[in-house]
Amino acid sequence: MEEHDITAAGGNGAAPGAERVPFIQVSGLEKSFGGKPILRGIDLQVHHGETLVILGGSGEGKSVLLRHLNGLLMPDRGTVMVGGRNLALLNEDQLAAVRKEVGMVFQLGALFDSMTVYENVSYPLHEHSAMPEEQIQVRVRELLAMVQLDGVEELLPAELSGGMRKRVAIARTLALEPRAVLYDEPTTGLDPPVAHRISVQMRELQERLGLTSVVVTHDLKNAFAVGDRFALLYHGKIRVSGTADEVRASRDDLMQDFLKTAL
Amino acid sequence: MREPFYRLLDQLGEIGLLTVEFVRHLFRRPFETRLLIDQLDSIGVRSLNVVNLTAIFSGMVLALQMGEFLAKFGAKIYVSRVMGLSLLREMGPVLTALMIGARVGAGITAELGSMKVTEQIDAMLALASSPVKKLVVPRVLATILILPVLTVIADAIGLVGGLLIAVTQLGISADFFYTSLVQNIALSDLLSGIGKSFFFGYLISIIACMKGLSVTGGADGVGRATTSSVVAASISVLVADFFLTKLFLTI
Repeated sequence: MEEHDITAAGGNGAAPGAERVPFIQVSGLEKSFGGKPILRGIDLQVHHGETLVILGGSGEGKSVLLRHLNGLLMPDRGTVMVGGRNLALLNEDQLAAVRKEVGMVFQLGALFDSMTVYENVSYPLHEHSAMPEEQIQVRVRELLAMVQLDGVEELLPAELSGGMRKRVAIARTLALEPRAVLYDEPTTGLDPPVAHRISVQMRELQERLGLTSVVVTHDLKNAFAVGDRFALLYHGKIRVSGTADEVRASRDDLMQDFLKTAL
Repeated sequence: MREPFYRLLDQLGEIGLLTVEFVRHLFRRPFETRLLIDQLDSIGVRSLNVVNLTAIFSGMVLALQMGEFLAKFGAKIYVSRVMGLSLLREMGPVLTALMIGARVGAGITAELGSMKVTEQIDAMLALASSPVKKLVVPRVLATILILPVLTVIADAIGLVGGLLIAVTQLGISADFFYTSLVQNIALSDLLSGIGKSFFFGYLISIIACMKGLSVTGGADGVGRATTSSVVAASISVLVADFFLTKLFLTI
């Protein structure tokens, strides 16, 4: 085997040619809660290194969809494949392995509020790596620098602003060097300038680390700053999907409505 | 009538499933010793005041009531053995469990419940770590281990309370109180109380964890879960006490 083949396959153990297969593939996903259908047959693909933005109003099931991509929720019907693995068929350890590859940034950060910033960011390292403490300290500083935070290690989450909390959450998610990151409403509830800065940072990280990202949001303005492809979720189905230009040019009434009202 | 019954079955099922998870993670390395020690401290050491206060007053009341009652039959001298027996077999373990159920059960449910509604539990899962391992195992194990210890302390302090009343109010000498106690109380009386408290510890903590982890709907939900956790823990302690008494009396 030639050397360039090995490098082309990447260091993550992906099979050669894996780049052509979508990293995340959702087919026919259906989910209901208490008899109420939320997702009614979702088909979705996320390719390596791209950022897919899932748009939609509140209560349309965007977060529910996102939670299927790392197995926090399991489909009633349909399949979710991540890196060629059907999540519904995995055991606990295999699912944990998927979750190390597919990180998630929660809406309000979901930092552990009894722990300091340092303890939060080092948590996944303590859990999953055998690094000595000095090395963990270095790594935590690096991770915080990546999201442009410095000198906050000893603060508690309650002492941080909303934007800082979200950036710490991103740093914590990146600690395990995931291949993909799922963002749940990353800019909701932030001041417009802070929201913009977070979006720019998400884009930078995606380019710098070659991350595959899925972003769920109803913040259209920032969505266009981070996304490569877009999908509009409406009544449990993907109504429109495509690149920024494609969705802008879409003749779909709802998409046009969404574009007008959200801007 | 049917709905509450189904809900009860549902919750018993959840407790069963969580117990299975607890046992499975209990023996899985690495052992979270530091988390366990933290919980032993917050559940055990910090409950001492509550437990001690409950115990001394229960012991005093017990001695007072029985002293009055036995005096009618001229049997006042039996006060130490009667109160000793009821304290070691029933009052010590049950009252301690009820106090811990209120203090610790509410604390666990509120803590896990607010972690649930702020997505911290999901965050833990998303970071490929296990909430059962990190949260449930240390809490349940600590409660199971510490409740018997607290019970023994409560027994001792309750007896001291009884002794105080016997000496000051009933005119029984400390010497006689002690001799009559050790002559008439068997080790099995103490052990049956301690035996029960293991079960009480398990019930209180597993119910509290289950209620906390299944909270839905914000601060409101946390409040409701906390209340129902204390109620459920208290009732199950009292119900279990009946069956355990039955069991311990036969063996």
